[in-house]
Amino acid sequence: MMERYNNVHIALHWLIALLIFITFPLGLYMADLKLSPTMVKLFSYHKWIGVTIFFLVAIRLAWRATHKVPPPLAGMPRWQEIVSVATHHTLYLLMVVIPLSGWLTSSADGYQTVWLGIVPLPDLLDKNKALGETLGAVHEYLNWAMLALIGLHAAAAFKHQFIDKDGLLQRMNPFSRGQAS
Amino acid sequence: MRHRTLLPFCAAMLLSLSVQAADLNQVVAEKSQLTFVFKEMNVPVEGRFKKFDAQVSLDPVKPESGKARIEVDLASVDAGSSDANDAVKDKPWFNTAAFPKALFVASSIKALGGGRYEARGPLTIKGVGRDTTAIFTMRSDAAGTWIEGGFILPRLQFKIGEGEWSDTDTVADAVQVKFKLLLVTKK
Repeated sequence: MMERYNNVHIALHWLIALLIFITFPLGLYMADLKLSPTMVKLFSYHKWIGVTIFFLVAIRLAWRATHKVPPPLAGMPRWQEIVSVATHHTLYLLMVVIPLSGWLTSSADGYQTVWLGIVPLPDLLDKNKALGETLGAVHEYLNWAMLALIGLHAAAAFKHQFIDKDGLLQRMNPFSRGQAS
Repeated sequence: MRHRTLLPFCAAMLLSLSVQAADLNQVVAEKSQLTFVFKEMNVPVEGRFKKFDAQVSLDPVKPESGKARIEVDLASVDAGSSDANDAVKDKPWFNTAAFPKALFVASSIKALGGGRYEARGPLTIKGVGRDTTAIFTMRSDAAGTWIEGGFILPRLQFKIGEGEWSDTDTVADAVQVKFKLLLVTKK
């Protein structure tokens, strides 16, 4: 049986993935809405989920730094190993930077972020329309980059599962009871 | 006669009173602010009005005879973003086409001590008049007289934000209004 990721790591991976799958389309949808209570609510939910992702990623990185992860698949070509490591690292980077860029966009737009309507986050930037628009564009482009990498990540996973049939996905399977690392 | 000797003194006293209670009938616009903070999904959002006018006549010795009148051009609102500025002039909010002005007329002023005063009177917005109480301080310097204070505006009582916007989970009912006015006497 293949060596699996730690259960905490698996849980965080899928939880963060789920939240990204919710807040990404939400962000796209809400951006073109006319001002309405629904729009105001959706913006808040989008921000709350983004902040949640940021904190979960911080926990995940701390966990990763203090717990062993499974080694690369034996016999995998060197270039695949390099691409896989680069993809994972860039995804981590984006999962940190994207919420930050969203938070700063909101701040420059003149709207403080209050997580879950309870916890006010620091409002670092003064209201600045031009800066808000620039940051908003950066936030969007970073998201498209992340979408491309998630596509690559998922395509690689499917290749391992259905073409190579090497069982690599067992390492991240939340339902199997393999040997935990 | 005794009366004759008192007369100049009385006249002088009256004069000094009338100087103190001089009509402060002009707002120094560039030094004055009328701002408000509303809570949207519990996020405080600040806005302001750019055009307003005020006349205050208040003698610190006899505040109860004082009068105050503040008129606000509601279309001069800045509610935090260009979208919000358009929306807030619309029918569900201020409906500035039909109700261009907000008016507060203090019909009673009383001293609370420590340089603080309480002005009470009808505030009229969107055709709705409600008795409103504002607490403020007053001090004079070389520039004129500064009047600074605020009150809580329950927006739904004035039909500000009707229909779908009456949902207070999205925009809270209580709006904090703050004013800092520099007033002078225009001869």
